[in-house]
Amino acid sequence: MRIALFVTCLADTLFPAAAKATVELLERLGHEVVFPPGQTCCGQMHVNTGYQSQALPLVRRHVRNFAPYDVIVAPSGSCVGSVRHQHAMVARNAGDERLAVRAEEVGRRTYELSELLVDVLGIEDVGASYPHRVTYHPTCHSLRMLRVGDKPLRLLRNVRGIDLVDLPAGEQCCGFGGTFALKNADTSTAMLADKMGHILETKAEICTAGDSSCLMHIGGGLSRLDAGIQTVHLAEILASTEAATDMPGRASEGSA
Amino acid sequence: MSSRDLILGRVRAALRDAAASEVPRAYRSAGTDEADIVLLVDRLVDYKAVVHREQDVAGVVTSLEPGRLVVPPGIDRSWIPADATIVEDEHDADAVLTAATVAIAETGTIVLDGSPDQGRRRLSLLPDLHICVVRQDQVVASVPDAIARLDPRRPLTWISGPSATSDIELNRVEGVHGPRNLHVVLLPPAPARAF
Amino acid sequence: MTFLGMPATAPRGVGNLRGEEPFPAAAHKALANAQLRRNLSHATTTIRGKSGAVISELPDWQELRDAGSALKAATMARLPELLEQLEAKVTAAGGVVHWAADANEANRIVTGLVRATGHERVTKVKSMATQEIGLNEALQAAGIKAVETDLAELIVQLGHDKPSHILVPAIHRNRSEIRDIFLREMPGVDPALTDEPTELAAAARRYLRETFLSTKVAVSGANFAVAETGTLAVLESEGNGRMCLTLPDTLITVMGIEKLVPTWRDLEVFLQLLPRASTGERMNPYTSMWTGVTPGDGPQNFHLVLLDNGRTAVLADEAGRQALHCIRCSACLNVCPVYERTGGHAYGSVYPGPIGAVLSPQLTGVADNASLPYASSLCGACLDACPVKIDIPSLLVHLRNEVPHPRSERVAMAAAAYTMDHPALYTRAQHAAKLSKHAKRLPPPLNGWTASRDLPEPPAETFRDWWAKR
Ligand code: SF4
Repeated sequence: MRIALFVTCLADTLFPAAAKATVELLERLGHEVVFPPGQTCCGQMHVNTGYQSQALPLVRRHVRNFAPYDVIVAPSGSCVGSVRHQHAMVARNAGDERLAVRAEEVGRRTYELSELLVDVLGIEDVGASYPHRVTYHPTCHSLRMLRVGDKPLRLLRNVRGIDLVDLPAGEQCCGFGGTFALKNADTSTAMLADKMGHILETKAEICTAGDSSCLMHIGGGLSRLDAGIQTVHLAEILASTEAATDMPGRASEGSA
Repeated sequence: MSSRDLILGRVRAALRDAAASEVPRAYRSAGTDEADIVLLVDRLVDYKAVVHREQDVAGVVTSLEPGRLVVPPGIDRSWIPADATIVEDEHDADAVLTAATVAIAETGTIVLDGSPDQGRRRLSLLPDLHICVVRQDQVVASVPDAIARLDPRRPLTWISGPSATSDIELNRVEGVHGPRNLHVVLLPPAPARAF
Repeated sequence: MTFLGMPATAPRGVGNLRGEEPFPAAAHKALANAQLRRNLSHATTTIRGKSGAVISELPDWQELRDAGSALKAATMARLPELLEQLEAKVTAAGGVVHWAADANEANRIVTGLVRATGHERVTKVKSMATQEIGLNEALQAAGIKAVETDLAELIVQLGHDKPSHILVPAIHRNRSEIRDIFLREMPGVDPALTDEPTELAAAARRYLRETFLSTKVAVSGANFAVAETGTLAVLESEGNGRMCLTLPDTLITVMGIEKLVPTWRDLEVFLQLLPRASTGERMNPYTSMWTGVTPGDGPQNFHLVLLDNGRTAVLADEAGRQALHCIRCSACLNVCPVYERTGGHAYGSVYPGPIGAVLSPQLTGVADNASLPYASSLCGACLDACPVKIDIPSLLVHLRNEVPHPRSERVAMAAAAYTMDHPALYTRAQHAAKLSKHAKRLPPPLNGWTASRDLPEPPAETFRDWWAKR
């Protein structure tokens, strides 16, 4: 299958390992990955901060770049949520019904990674190997906007060697929320503190999720604690095989 | 311009674009389920009501040592123990004995509608012990069944267990201003009778 | 310029819809109170568990939510005719209907009605509407004492405190704090009072009994009003509502114009949704329903005050008006990770939590509560919990687009959008990010985030660099 990668600006700039892993995983499974080069950012930050008119050109750009593809994947639940649930609204509020309809079409063809694997490609065992103790944080937008349900967990359970532990109160928000973390830094920090407490309880080596943004937030907090727990994107775990030697993680990213 | 006209004018101006839509009623409506007496008992007990499944109402009343008892004017006289101390004023009463209009199995709720055998509302409010007699043919399965049977023009009191509060740490604690003891006597269906 | 008949927001200088400081500043203070956070966490965790359990007993919960949501939308669409129908039915049943365009008018009407009875004390059963308009303050100014009879309201009133939750205004207090307040403030309290909840409840019973029996006027709110029949409904737990609704000679009910339901049958939906979503009970202990005046039973004088106070302004916003569908169950508060940490006082308004963050700014006009739409991480838990499916996350996003933005933010957002729309600039900006390598903290105004978190180290190459080299 030919799959267009919507890399997301965050993964492109700060977390390329998650995007590279998405490419490697899909190619290993026998699919062709293409990268529309005109893509930049879906405009979620602008929409969620109250700047819909400024998001409009970004929506237009995104739709123009991805309209030619039948299947689009992004390693981010929240960016897929934005494309699927906000783009048409932004277009409509600007009075551009034609764009809204096209945005809806692109939205329908855009999948978060676990959705693509389980729903579109029909795979729950991707043949990965990852001999580590891992806990999974179901990020809010994957959970409640996209309703990915237990798809990521089904994929993780089939990973060889993995020691998957439940995250207590996992469904609670980590406190990121985009500009929320800036505008309400104290509240965000209090939410993060509880999230980190639960993660530490699991005694996992790795905390994983389908969103680089939440992982950045959680990882940033854990780094300050020097707790020795790393954050790794779901794609990186699923891309790992017995052949691969080093454990993917933030530490390896700088030298990738 | 009166405030009435002002507000209605504002509402009309605000709603220019609104269109009325259909209301989906795919939930279990009245008549979907059979009334389940066992469920009713379970739900009443769960909310700290005491249930008596007996024919002999007067015997139950006596066993509860009601003290000064107040009754509504249309009460079935056979329910009153021969030696009961009946008072006229609910302010002076320790206990009240009433009938009911409807009981809802799924929620453990009893509804009084102010009929002569249930009395005016304050009667069943002030005494600390409420003994309520429910006939089995008054038991319905669900809230929609109860709504279908009730007459909204009557003053209605829906009672689910004794008075309680969730105001302390959001846990239910029984016993605040209403009756702190609720006893329900469940009778088998009665042949038709008139007041 | 406005003209008569234009939807208007709630006036300033009266009532309790506006906080004294923006949410982040108020939250900062609340977050420093460890006891508050423990109390809130304990209470919200308890209620989430209870509510989840009784909701899972119903096989048709989602269908009930669908019906509830649609019923509210249908009610709003026909509001003028339904209000007129309600007025006609209440009047025919012996009640008197009053219309209050705003808080000042409502306070004037209620004060006048109480004065006309010649009494100087009223009992009150918890009502959000009267808190919203600051009725107690207005009555006090007129020399009338308002006694709150709801246990949590009593705790707040005796503690010289403010409510912090829609349903349980004293949720921020635990049992031992409540005991201390009672020992300090409750006349005639038993000095041996313990912090057992049953004992605390019994103390309130003893304290209020005489007041109930001797007060001739009561003020209530209403959970629902049935247009078809003129029937009003109050759901409560303790019996204080029954006392207020049946013992006095005069009953004055203050109700927002959005509280209507079209038909008697519609209550079958809301009487299932509300208790399970709010207190986590299959049914609340007591629900009272009355239609006008019943000869020989209950108050013989009944007044219904219909309140606008900004509601028509909310109604005028096609996207925003669903905030008026709220049945005040407070489920959204109980699941909100922000509310759970900050508590209700931080929101400034009587309506805290997620619903407050979308309702208060609309009632007052967004400029007066501009920080509230941002008091959310948009996690979406409120939408899932709401029994009438109000899409609070989308409403928050909608209102963020309406509020005035700080100038520096506007400039930064415009620059970011411009860069993102020009791939060459975007690529250059990506590479510039690498220059800041090892800078684990951001400069102001972005330092709020890095005060407690490290930034990741920028990678050696971006994804698109890597892709280009393949
Ligand atoms: S918005 Fe929904 S969940 Fe929140 S209080 Fe209102 S009805 Fe309840």
